[in-house]
Amino acid sequence: MSVVQDLTPGFADPVGDAQTTFRAVLDAMAHPGSAYTVAPLRPPAPLHQALAAVVLTLADHETPLLLDRGADAAAHWVVFHTGAPSTADAATAAFVVALSLPDLATLPTGTDEAPETSATVILQVARFGAGQRLRLSGPGLRTPLELAVDGLPADFVDRWRRNHALFPRGVDLILCAHDRVVALPRSVSVEEV
Amino acid sequence: MAYVAVKGGEQAIDNAHAWLHEERRGDPAVPEIAVSQIAEQLGRAVDRAMAEGSLYDQELAALAVKQAQGDLIEAIFLLRAYRTTLPRFASSSPIETASMRVERRVSAIFKDLPGGQVLGPTYDYTHRLLDFALLGETTPQTPAVDAADLPAMPRVPDILADEGLLEPDVADDRDPVDLTREPLRFPAPRDARLQALARGDEGFLLGLGYSTQRGYGGSHPFAGEIRMGEVAVEIVPPELGFAIDIGDLVVSECQMVNQFKGSKTVPPQFTRGYGLVFGFNERKAMSMALVDRAMRAQELGEDVTAPAQNVEFVLYHSDNIEATGFVEHLKLPHYVDFQSELQNVRRMRAANEAETAEAAE
Amino acid sequence: MTNTSKSAATAQDDHPWPARRRWMAVLARATSADLESLLSGVDLPPYTVLRGPEDGLVMVRGRAGGGGAAFNLGEMTVTRCAVRTAEGLVGHAYVAGRDRRQAELAALVDAMMQDPARAPALEAGIIAPLEARHLSRRSARAAKAKATTVNFFAMQTTRS
Repeated sequence: MSVVQDLTPGFADPVGDAQTTFRAVLDAMAHPGSAYTVAPLRPPAPLHQALAAVVLTLADHETPLLLDRGADAAAHWVVFHTGAPSTADAATAAFVVALSLPDLATLPTGTDEAPETSATVILQVARFGAGQRLRLSGPGLRTPLELAVDGLPADFVDRWRRNHALFPRGVDLILCAHDRVVALPRSVSVEEV
Repeated sequence: MAYVAVKGGEQAIDNAHAWLHEERRGDPAVPEIAVSQIAEQLGRAVDRAMAEGSLYDQELAALAVKQAQGDLIEAIFLLRAYRTTLPRFASSSPIETASMRVERRVSAIFKDLPGGQVLGPTYDYTHRLLDFALLGETTPQTPAVDAADLPAMPRVPDILADEGLLEPDVADDRDPVDLTREPLRFPAPRDARLQALARGDEGFLLGLGYSTQRGYGGSHPFAGEIRMGEVAVEIVPPELGFAIDIGDLVVSECQMVNQFKGSKTVPPQFTRGYGLVFGFNERKAMSMALVDRAMRAQELGEDVTAPAQNVEFVLYHSDNIEATGFVEHLKLPHYVDFQSELQNVRRMRAANEAETAEAAE
Repeated sequence: MTNTSKSAATAQDDHPWPARRRWMAVLARATSADLESLLSGVDLPPYTVLRGPEDGLVMVRGRAGGGGAAFNLGEMTVTRCAVRTAEGLVGHAYVAGRDRRQAELAALVDAMMQDPARAPALEAGIIAPLEARHLSRRSARAAKAKATTVNFFAMQTTRS
């Protein structure tokens, strides 16, 4: 028998909403540190709108997903709507769906010839504009930009520095708070303020 | 290679399309052909479009055939393009041709095989005389036998399996290569070759298959078994966790049985080629089986001498959309290239004439 | 990586829910016209659509040689739908082709069939008639195929 937890609908307009959300993520990657709004969505707890929208948009039956312990409660809903295979092995994950930042060193970082085969971390945080203050610089930023994020670990800057040093390999990070996303592509430098 | 941007063609193109639509419609006094008529009455065209379009949907294929005015490669192009707009939900469990609801099943190696020779709706015994009765309308009728359940039809490979005379199948459920998701790489494994052949051009494969019979990589084939009929398609949706049937497909299957081959480790046995195609596409299934066997030459310790045995040659040229893409791209403006060629030729002629003039002095 | 390869699930005796597999197979082969007409007398519960009805593809696989390693044969169109009835039953449908109405009705019937109070009436009024229709179509074709079977008057069989 199938174990069916509370299955609720996904995007109201699957094509349009996925396109809107994809555009938000694209813009966020192109403009690191700036926040963009995703399409409307009412996911089950503990997922919030932005994280769920990004997962529904980016994941499909060819992208193994690793959900961390926090996100795992909504695994059935995520897998139902994306068709994505779930994996417990970080080394095979295309996307990590997390409520707390995973150890980036355990994730696939791509190769020099195919850096895009790395994992992407989709991380839910409490909010932007408060909490840890970071200074971002690098491609996409004409002048350095300050970003405050409530929900990253205290040693985030160190962990990110090690990831950034791997360029062109490395992992990209999509931060999701409420209905907005901010992206940190691996090319961006992050310092404490 | 330089392409040139050309302006001013929009009106001409609009008019070309308008004329195309008129030509496609034909004489308005003649009733317009319905997609359902194509699906029902031009089934072989529809089946070929599905097989090479690599998209099983009879209505879409019939629509493509109508839209392309019967040009099947154009129809196939439409279907290939259309499939890119649809998301993929799942891959099926491998279909079980042993459980096929057989409509045709013949063997050239066993006269009296279990289950019998079932001819099906075949053209094989027609006399190839144009039937002028078809200029009008017809009401055909098939005699039926009562209480029909066809007997069990074991697959010929299974019949031969007991004595070990035939190369056995080795089941393997690992995920196969998918040419629709990753580029073809060489050496190409058998799963990639079979996928490419299944969607390959029937004419190209027919010619290559014929060549193997004429000595270009001779393999003395026998038609071990040919089957056509419906098979059920099964998937295992993750939200259910168990297998479900989603419907039926018609497929054609051919087992070619080929000459002995023995080695130090394997006793002499018949080797095989395999063809499997969407729809009632027997010629294609047979050709595919011949070419499949030819491409196994290296693996079976045979010299690779003939075009059909040359895996790169076969697989790079078997897709008719790729082929027509490059052949027809020659129609694109190559004005700048040609101008430079023109100058070259003129220069060479001038040099020739100068030499000739000198020599004459 | 994909949701296939579990050949154990295909053997009837290994299947965890053969009855449901049977009625879903019947619904997958029914036209929306047939479903609409058979359901016209039935009191349908209110329901929400969880997903779809949406068209997509299933990659059909064959086996090399018919029994060997799997290969990708080509894609077929499929329509799927998932619904939840007011009573909380979740129904699914995956049906060959592009008939969205068929997928939605099939999912709804799948949900209703999971209610032991409703199932017998639905079995009698919907599933059995659809199955009979389908089987009779199959028999008709099998009869025509059988008529084309060659009767050899052989003195002995060629198989030793």
